[in-house]
Amino acid sequence: MIAALIFAISFLTLLQFFVTYCHSVIAASRRHELSEQAREISGVASGPLRGDQFRRLVQLLALCPEPGGDSIQVRALSAYFNLLGMARSAVQWTSPSASQWIETERGGCAYVAAVALDRRIQYSRMMLAQQAGH
Amino acid sequence: MLGPVDYLIWITIFLVELSCVAILLKKRAFTQHFTIVLYLLASLATSAGRYLVLATTGFTSNAYAYFYYYSDAVLTIFLFFVLMGFYSHVFSEMGVSKMVRGGAMLLLGGTALISYHMVASSSDRLITRFANELSQNLYFVGVVLTYLLWGAMMKLRENRTRLMQLVLALGVYFSAFAGTYALKNMYPNSFIWQYFQLIAVWLPVSWAYSFMKVPEEARMATARVLAPNQ
Repeated sequence: MIAALIFAISFLTLLQFFVTYCHSVIAASRRHELSEQAREISGVASGPLRGDQFRRLVQLLALCPEPGGDSIQVRALSAYFNLLGMARSAVQWTSPSASQWIETERGGCAYVAAVALDRRIQYSRMMLAQQAGH
Repeated sequence: MLGPVDYLIWITIFLVELSCVAILLKKRAFTQHFTIVLYLLASLATSAGRYLVLATTGFTSNAYAYFYYYSDAVLTIFLFFVLMGFYSHVFSEMGVSKMVRGGAMLLLGGTALISYHMVASSSDRLITRFANELSQNLYFVGVVLTYLLWGAMMKLRENRTRLMQLVLALGVYFSAFAGTYALKNMYPNSFIWQYFQLIAVWLPVSWAYSFMKVPEEARMATARVLAPNQ
């Protein structure tokens, strides 16, 4: 009985901490201005990113060498993105306003992936420049 | 007998923790977040110790089971030190951090006593069961304390981005382990529990990310964390 109660409370707090953590990562990434090069390479036009661009950005991320430190965060964001997808499927007919909020959140996830891609592109360019210098 | 997956999990956790210590040293956050370094070093020592006990006595031995559960409880206590460090950071300007730390230590001692009482009064007095129960309860107290800290941070409008992420990552870790231990107490015979150790990667990786990508001076309004689209 106590174990079941602890499990239920822990599950709810896990969800809350995880969602808030993802919010903090998204909010921190919003300060980063995407470079023109990153927008061009990733095929992202100026303006806010849409949720449906997230998967493509993650695929592009997989092609770039990783400077280290952000792959688990991108995976965590992918989990959050999937969680949002499930929530959207559940509420899209009952609450259009919630659906809109979820879409903005998914756009935030796409922005984090774009920032990670931008960093990786910069890292790759730096590596190439170093190699050319030797 | 452990398989290649088990060894892979063990080596992954070990390397990730080692990298996190290196990042903390590189970013010169050693003194400011001394309790994190202490926890990571204790975790590294525990991983090495577990491997030695495993290699000498075997996976199914009582010695390994005792060492595993008790070292886990000790590591949780080190995590409480980390949590108290976070309390100190948050309440540093209010001058009540000593009171908060005293309260947290009392809670820690109380949890150990209650866990012991629960197992001692049950019919099967297994020491490993006590350790399992203690771990579940310690992680749950960790969840409660982290939740209280997060609530206080929201109330005080804490705006240090790195501190927010460190606390939230700890909250995710405590909740995940408290839930896992609770499930393990309900269904103890499932083979799946040995793979749940992979959750341990979360904490050093997310902390390393915060130290690497979030500068110490970065600030963020709490409202943006609660609703980032504002």
